[in-house]
Amino acid sequence: MASPAPSHTRHEHDERFQTESDRLIAPGHDFASVTDSISKIVLQRRTPLGWWLGFAAAFGVMQLLLYAIAHLLFVGIGVWGVTIPIGWGFDIINFVWWIGIGHAGTLISAILLLLRQEWRTSINRFAEAMTLFAVACAGFYPIFHTGRPWVAFYWLMPYPNTMGLWPNFRSPLIWDVFAVTTYATVSAMFWFVGLIPDLATLRDRAQSKPWKIVYGMLAMGWRGSAKHWHNYETAYLLLAGLATPLVVSVHTVVSFDFATGIVPGWHATIFPPYFVAGAIYAGFAMVLTLSIPLRKFYGLEDFITMKHLENMAKVMLATGLIVAYGYMCEAFFAWYSGNPYEKYMIVNRMTGPYALSYWALILCNVIAPNLLWSKRLRTSVPFLFFISFVVSIGMWLERFVIIVTSLHRDFLPSSWGLYAGTQFDWAAFIGTIGMFLTLMFLFVRFLPAISIFEMRTLVPAAEMPEEEHQ
Amino acid sequence: MSADSKLAPGEMRVEFGGVRPRHERGRALWRSLDQLEQSPEFLEFLHREFPQNASEFTDPEGRREFLRVMSASLALAGLVACTKQPAELIVPYVRQPEQIVPGRPLFFASAVLDGGYAKGVLVESHEGRPTKIEGNPEHPASLGGSDAVTQAAILELYDPDRAQTVRSFGEIHSWAEFVAALQPVLEKQRARKGAGLRIVTEVVTSPTLRKQLEELLLELPEAKWVQWDATARNARAGATLAFGEAVETRWHLDAADVVVSLDADFLAAGPASVRQIRDFASRRKIDGEHAKLNRLYAIETTPGLAGVNAEHRLPVRPSELDGLVRALAAALGLPVAGGTSAHAAWIGPLAKDLQAHRGASLVMAGDSLSPAAHAIVHLINERLGNVGRTVSYSAPVAAAPIDAVAALTELVAEMSARKVEALFILGANPAYTAPADIAFADAMMLVPFRVHFSLYDDETSERCHWQLPEAHSLEAWSDALAFDGTATIVQPLIEPLYVGKSAHELLALLSSRPDRKGYDIVRDHWRSRLGADFEKAWRRALHDGLVAGTALPEKAVAVKVGDWTKAAVEPPASGIEVVFRPDPTVGDGRGGNNGWLQELPKPVSKLTWENAVYMSLATAKQLGVRTSSNYEGRTESAGEPTPQGTITDVVQLALGERKVSGPAWVLPGHPDGVVTVHLGYGRWRAGRVGNGAGFNAYALRSGASPHWEAGAQLVKTAFTTRVACTQDHWSMEGRHLVRSGSLDEFEHEPRFAQEMGEDPPKATTLYPPHPYEGHAWALTVDLNTCVGCNACVTACQSENNVPVVGKDQVARGREMHWIRVDRYFEGRPEQPDSIETWSQPVMCMQCENAPCEVVCPVTATVHSDEGLNDMIYNRCVGTRYCSNNCPYKVRRFNFYLYQDWTTPTFKMMRNPDVSVRSRGVMEKCTYCVQRISKVRIDAKNEGRPIKEGEIQTACQQACPAEAIVFGDQNDATSRVAKLKASPRNYGILTDLNTRPRTSYLAAVRNPNPEMPKASHG
Amino acid sequence: MSQIFHHSTNTIARVSIFGTVFGIAGGLWLMLELNRSSYVTDVGVAKEQPVPFSHAHHVGGMGVDCRYCHTAVETSAQAGIPPTKTCMNCHAQIWSQSPTLEPVRSSLRSGQSIEWVKVNDLPDFVYFNHSAHVNKGVACVTCHGRVDRMPLMWQHASLQMEWCLDCHRQPEKYVRPKAEVFNVAWEPPSDWVANGKGRELVKQYGIKPRTSCSTCHR
Repeated sequence: MASPAPSHTRHEHDERFQTESDRLIAPGHDFASVTDSISKIVLQRRTPLGWWLGFAAAFGVMQLLLYAIAHLLFVGIGVWGVTIPIGWGFDIINFVWWIGIGHAGTLISAILLLLRQEWRTSINRFAEAMTLFAVACAGFYPIFHTGRPWVAFYWLMPYPNTMGLWPNFRSPLIWDVFAVTTYATVSAMFWFVGLIPDLATLRDRAQSKPWKIVYGMLAMGWRGSAKHWHNYETAYLLLAGLATPLVVSVHTVVSFDFATGIVPGWHATIFPPYFVAGAIYAGFAMVLTLSIPLRKFYGLEDFITMKHLENMAKVMLATGLIVAYGYMCEAFFAWYSGNPYEKYMIVNRMTGPYALSYWALILCNVIAPNLLWSKRLRTSVPFLFFISFVVSIGMWLERFVIIVTSLHRDFLPSSWGLYAGTQFDWAAFIGTIGMFLTLMFLFVRFLPAISIFEMRTLVPAAEMPEEEHQ
Repeated sequence: MSADSKLAPGEMRVEFGGVRPRHERGRALWRSLDQLEQSPEFLEFLHREFPQNASEFTDPEGRREFLRVMSASLALAGLVACTKQPAELIVPYVRQPEQIVPGRPLFFASAVLDGGYAKGVLVESHEGRPTKIEGNPEHPASLGGSDAVTQAAILELYDPDRAQTVRSFGEIHSWAEFVAALQPVLEKQRARKGAGLRIVTEVVTSPTLRKQLEELLLELPEAKWVQWDATARNARAGATLAFGEAVETRWHLDAADVVVSLDADFLAAGPASVRQIRDFASRRKIDGEHAKLNRLYAIETTPGLAGVNAEHRLPVRPSELDGLVRALAAALGLPVAGGTSAHAAWIGPLAKDLQAHRGASLVMAGDSLSPAAHAIVHLINERLGNVGRTVSYSAPVAAAPIDAVAALTELVAEMSARKVEALFILGANPAYTAPADIAFADAMMLVPFRVHFSLYDDETSERCHWQLPEAHSLEAWSDALAFDGTATIVQPLIEPLYVGKSAHELLALLSSRPDRKGYDIVRDHWRSRLGADFEKAWRRALHDGLVAGTALPEKAVAVKVGDWTKAAVEPPASGIEVVFRPDPTVGDGRGGNNGWLQELPKPVSKLTWENAVYMSLATAKQLGVRTSSNYEGRTESAGEPTPQGTITDVVQLALGERKVSGPAWVLPGHPDGVVTVHLGYGRWRAGRVGNGAGFNAYALRSGASPHWEAGAQLVKTAFTTRVACTQDHWSMEGRHLVRSGSLDEFEHEPRFAQEMGEDPPKATTLYPPHPYEGHAWALTVDLNTCVGCNACVTACQSENNVPVVGKDQVARGREMHWIRVDRYFEGRPEQPDSIETWSQPVMCMQCENAPCEVVCPVTATVHSDEGLNDMIYNRCVGTRYCSNNCPYKVRRFNFYLYQDWTTPTFKMMRNPDVSVRSRGVMEKCTYCVQRISKVRIDAKNEGRPIKEGEIQTACQQACPAEAIVFGDQNDATSRVAKLKASPRNYGILTDLNTRPRTSYLAAVRNPNPEMPKASHG
Repeated sequence: MSQIFHHSTNTIARVSIFGTVFGIAGGLWLMLELNRSSYVTDVGVAKEQPVPFSHAHHVGGMGVDCRYCHTAVETSAQAGIPPTKTCMNCHAQIWSQSPTLEPVRSSLRSGQSIEWVKVNDLPDFVYFNHSAHVNKGVACVTCHGRVDRMPLMWQHASLQMEWCLDCHRQPEKYVRPKAEVFNVAWEPPSDWVANGKGRELVKQYGIKPRTSCSTCHR
C-alpha cells in the first residue's frame, strides 16, 4: 500500500539501524519470496509429521475439557472445589486468565496499527488468532460456572420475554456478558477482514480445486483492485478504531466483577488499570510463548526477527512494572485505610494459609520481569521463552490470590473456610489449554500465520505502488 | 466418584458398589438380575424400601440417573427457550372430611416423648399430612417453645428406614403369624404364672401403659418388668438417701436470683429442659435501663450450655465434685465433712452470695454427682430456705421407679442362668445401650423366645426372634406425663404409614383381651379418671393437649441427715478421667438415623455427624494431638482445617480392658486431665443415615460408674480422620460481633454496645432509598436470653424444607442451614477457667442496602416493598456471586441435588408452602415469607390490619427463651420496634452500611465482683 | 488466472452478509412468538377428562354458582375441586343411570378418587391464592374466561408472568364490583373506563397489588 507515512518511518529504520537484531525483515527478500515462504506453510502438499504429533496431543488434551464439562452437567457444581464462603474458584480464575491473554492480539493489531508501529505486522495475525481462541476458552466459564447453565445462557440476555423481566443491569456479570461478546465479535471481524487479501493470495496459489473454492469463498471476491484496496484500508482503520477502546474496556469491566464487590481484597479502585496492565502483560507473554516455537518450526526467523521479540519483552517489562505498582497499592491501601478487614486480608495473604501462592506470585510477576532490564537477557530467545511461561503462571496465581485469599476469610470468622481445586477443576483448566492449542494448530495449518500483504510492505522494493505486483 | 470426595465412615455408598454400576449400564441390570441376587449388597438393596435414593443423606452426588434425566431435559427446555409442563392430575376427595379446607392447614395438640416424658406440641397438618411440630403454649413442659429433638420427630415419622413389617430373622411376616407363634409361649407362661416372662421397657410415664403392665403382672405375678434408661439419673438415689423416698426434684429458675449448677446441664437435656430455659431466660430479660438479673455459677466437668451462659464458670475434674460440694456445704455452715480446700477462692464468695440470697438461690446437682452429693445439695437447698421457693419436690412421675442398672444386671443374671423363657423388649435398645460390663447382648441370646418391639430394626432387633414395628407417637393413640406429671393424650395425626402398632395394642396381645384397639384402651383408662361428662372432658383434653389439673402436687419432705454427711473414703482418682454424656443431638442413640439431628452442630464444639474425644488444649499438647495456630502462633482451632474437612488425630481411650478410639477434639474451657465422650454413636444398625457414624462410647462405660470414671489410659494412635466441623475458628478476631458488658457497665452506659461500632450516615448510597410505606419486617435476637440450644436451627430446617447434605459435604463447608448459631471463645485457650463462650444465632440480615441484590445478574434476589431480600429460587441460575458478596455468609447453595426428590415419605413431610429447591440454586432465610403471606392474605380477606405477634417466624416460635422477636418496625407499638429502640440494640457489620433488619440485643452479665478474676477472662 | 466462481457469486456474497443478520433476528422473533403461542401455553386447548363434565351445561345452562362446587375459593389458596360426593348430591337422582357418569358412581362405590386432568396448571414454584383475588373484586371469568361457554374446560389465559403482572400493575383495568365476582355474564358498562370506575373500586377496596417477587415465589 502506498501510504507515504510508513515509507518515511521505514527510511529512518534503514538509515539508523543496521544490526541484525533491529531488522523487521531479513535482507534479500522480495515480494515473491515473502509470499512464497509464508503461503507455502499453508499450501504445502504434505502436512509435516511434527504438526500431526502436536495437533494430536492438543486434541487429546481437549477431550479432558469435554469430559469435565459433561460430568459437571450431570452431577453438579459440587464436583468443583467451590464452597461457601469461596463461591468462585478455578472457574472465574481461568475466565479472567484467558480474557487477559486475549488482550495482546487486539492491542497489537489495533493500537499499534494506529500508532504506525510496523513491527506489529509479522505478529499481529496470529496474535489476533490467539485472542479469538483465548476469548473462546474464556467464554466457557461464565456459562458453565453457573449452577444451571441450561437457563443461564439465555436469562442473562435482555430480550422481551414472557416473564416481563430484564436482567439486572446493575450487576457486573451482565456488563461482562456485553463486554466479552462485543470484544469477541469485533476481534473476529477485525481478524477476518485482515485475512481477506491473503485469502485471495491463497486462492490464487492453491493447487487443488476444493481449496481454491474454499479460500475463494472466504476471500469474498477480492481482486486487489485500487478500489478494493482503498475501501479495505478505510474499513481496516475504522475497525482498528472500533477495537481500540475495547482493549481497555473489556478487562476494566472484568475487574468490576471484583471492584464493585464489598469483599476485602476486591473492593479497590486500583483494579481497572492494573487489570488492564496485567492483561496486556499476560497477553504478550503468550504471544512470545507461541511465536518463538512458531518461527523456529516454520523457519520464519526472517520475518519474526529479534527486534520483534525484544519489543515484546520491553512491553512486558513496562506492564509488569505497572502490575507491581498495583500490588504495592493494595498493600498500601490496606495499611492506610485503617480498615480492620482490609488489614487482616493483606496480612492473611502474606502469612495465612495461602501465603505460598502470594509470594510465588510476587516472584513470578514482580521479581522475574525485572531481569528484562538487561539487554543480554532480553535478546536471548531461550530466556524469553522461559520468562514468558513464568509470567503466564504468575498471572494465573494473581487471579487465584485475588479470588481465593480474599473470599476464604472475609468478615465473620465463624464462616471462614479453605479452598482447593478438585481434579475436575484441573481437568477443565487443562482442557481449555488443549482446546486453545488445537485451534492454534488448525490456524497455522490452514491460514497464513503471518500477514503476507503487510509483510510485503516491509520489503525495500515496496517503495513503488502495490498494484503492479498483483 | 472422585478421590477427594472419599467416603466418610458414615456413608453407605459402598454397600451399593455391587449394584450401581449395573444400574448405570441401564438394561444390563435386567439381564444380570440373577447374578445380582447372589451378591449380599443386592439382597440388602432389595430389603430397602426405596433403593434409588438409598444414600440420599450421605451421598448427594449419588443419584446420577436422576440427574442425567434432569439436566438433559432442562437443557433441552433451555434450548427451545420454554418449558412445556407435563399434564398433572387433580385427585379430589371422594367424601371430604368436614374440617378440611384444601390449602388450609389444621393444628392438633399432642405430645412428643423425650426419654418417656411428654413434651406438649401442636402439630401442623396439611390435608392429613403432619408437616411441622411446634410447642404447645398451654403445656407446662413447653409453654410454646420446643427443642431440636422434638422438632426432628417429624423426620423420624417419615424416615423410610423405620421398621415397616413384622420380621423374623429378616423374613417378612404378618402380625397374625406373630400372634400364632406367641400363643404357645403365653400358654406356658400363664401356666407358670409368668415365671419365665420378662418385659423390658424404657421409662414409662404413660398411665394407660402403666396400668396395662400392672394388670399383666397381676395376671402373671412371677413375671418381671424392667425399665431400662441408658441415661439413668443418680438424682433418684440421691433423693432416696436424703429423704428416705424417691421424690422428683423440680427447679423453679424463674424464682432464683443466684443459681449454682453443679455439673447439671439443665439447659440442654432432660424432660424439663425447655421449661427450664424459659424460666432461666425470664430472669435475664431487660426492660428499660435498670435490670434485675439472675446470676449463674456453673461448675462443670465438660463445657456445656450451663457454662456458656454462666457469669462464673469453673471447669473441674469429676473426681473433685464430691469434695467441692462438701466444701460448699461446709462454707455454708452445714455439718458436712470431707470438703477439699481446692478452689477455696471460688467457694468462699460463692457461699457468701448464696447466704445473701437465702430463699432466692438455687443449687442444682447434675447426674455425674454421687448420690451422697445429691443428698448434700438437697440439704443445702433446705438450709438456704429455698425449698418451696426455688426448688420443690413431688411424687415420682415415672412408673415404678427402680434403679435401672441394678435391674438390668439382675435380668442379665437371670438370663445367663436360663431362667428367662420369654423376653419382650418394648422400645428400648439394650443390646446397644447396656453398659459394657453388663453383657446383655450375649445373655439375651440364651432366651428361647425374644421379641423386640421398636420403631427401628436395630441392634437389639437383630438379636431377637421377632421384630415388631412400633407405631410412631404421631401415628397412634397413647398418653404420657410431663416432667411435672401433667398428662397429655397423645393423638395420632395420620394412619400408621406401615403396619405399626402401639405399645398398648402389643400389651393387649399379651393380655386376656388381645384384640382391643389402642384408641379404646386409652379412652377406657381415661373414662375412669375423667369422671362425669367424660366426652366433654375428653374433647377438652384433646383440644388443650393436656388433662387439666393432673400436675403432681408439691410434696413436703424433710432431709434426714445420715452418714452421707461424713467424709467419703474414696481413693484419690488417678490418670485421665472420662466423662460420659448423652449426645447433645442424637441423645442416647435414639436420634441416630435422624439426618436433622446428625447434621445439627453440637452446641459448643460445632461438630456434626459424629462424636469425638473432647479434651483441653493442655491435655492435647501433652498427647501431641495436632491443632492449628495463626501467624502469631496462637492456637486458633482444633485439628488441622483443610478444604475437605478438619484432619484430627485418632486417640485411643482405655479403661482397663475396655477400649475405644475416636477423633481427638480440643475444646477450649475443657478441664485438664479430663476427656468427654458422648454416647449414642458408633451404631451398626441404626439405618442408612446413622450407621457407622462416630464411635460407640457404651463400649467403654461400666454400670458401676456410668457418668464418669477415673484411671483411663489415653494414647495417640498413628491414624488420623476427617471430621465435619461447621466452625473451626475460635476467636472473634477482635471484631465486635457478640457485644457484652457487665451489669455495672450497662447501668453506667446503657449504650455501651452501640459505642462499640459506628454506622455510616444513611445518605452514603448511590441508590434512591426504599420508602417502606406499609410494613417493614424486622427481627431482633436477644443475646442475653439466647442460650444457644439450637432449637431454632431444626425448626427452620423443618419449616423451610432445608435438605440434609451429609458429613462429606458439611466437611467441605456446604451445610444448608438457613440459620446457624455462631460460637466464639474469649480468653486464653491454654487456661480453661479463663474461657468465656458466646453463641450468636445468625440468619439472613435482610439488609436494606443488600450487597447480594446488586450483583445478581438475573434479579433472582431483589428487595421487596416490605424490606425483605426476596430470593426467587426458580429464577436463580447459581452464579454464587451473591454469596461471595454477602458479608454474613448466610446464603446456601445447592452444589448437588441435595433435596431428595424421590422418597415418597419425604414428599409427604415437606411444607407445601415453600418451594423445594433443586440443584444449582442459591437459597436463604426469608423471615418465613410464606407465613407472612398467609397472615397478610387472611388479614386482607377479613379486612383488618395484621395483629402484632400474629406472624411468628419458625425460629421465633421454637425459641424456648423467647430470644427472637419478629414484627413490623414501622409500627411503633410493636415489640420489635420497642426492642430496636433499646439501648442494647446493635447490628453486626453495620459499618459496611448494609443496614441489616436483623439486629441483636447486647448481652449483659451480672458477675459477682468478689469472684477471682480469671473466671471471666 | 482461471475463474473459479461465476460473476453472480459476488452478489450472493453481498446478500449473505445481510442475510445472516436478518436470519438471526428472524429466528429470535420466531422463538418469542412460539413462546407465547398456544403450542406452549395450551390456551384454548380443551382437555380430555375422565368424565366429560360440561361447565357450559352446569353453569351456563343451569346457572349453578361457582362456589357450589369450588367451596374453598373464598377462604383458601385453592378453589377446591369438588369431592365425588358433591356430584352425587344431584346425580343420585338425575341421570343416575347414565353411562357417562359411571366413573362418578364407581368412585363413590370404591372410594377411589376421580382423576381429573389439570387445566389451569401453574408451575409448583408459583403460589397463587384464590381467596386473595375473589375477595378483592377479581372475577372468576377474568382469569378462567367464560366457563359457561366451555363444554369441556380449557385454559383461557396464558398464565405467563407478564400476564399476571399486567393486572398487578394496573388492576383498575380488571376489577369489578365484589357483588359481580361470581357473575360470569357481567360486562363493564360502556362508560366504565371513561368515568374511572375501576380506579374508584381500587381505592374503595384498598387494592394494593404487590409486585414484589415473594408475593408469588417462595
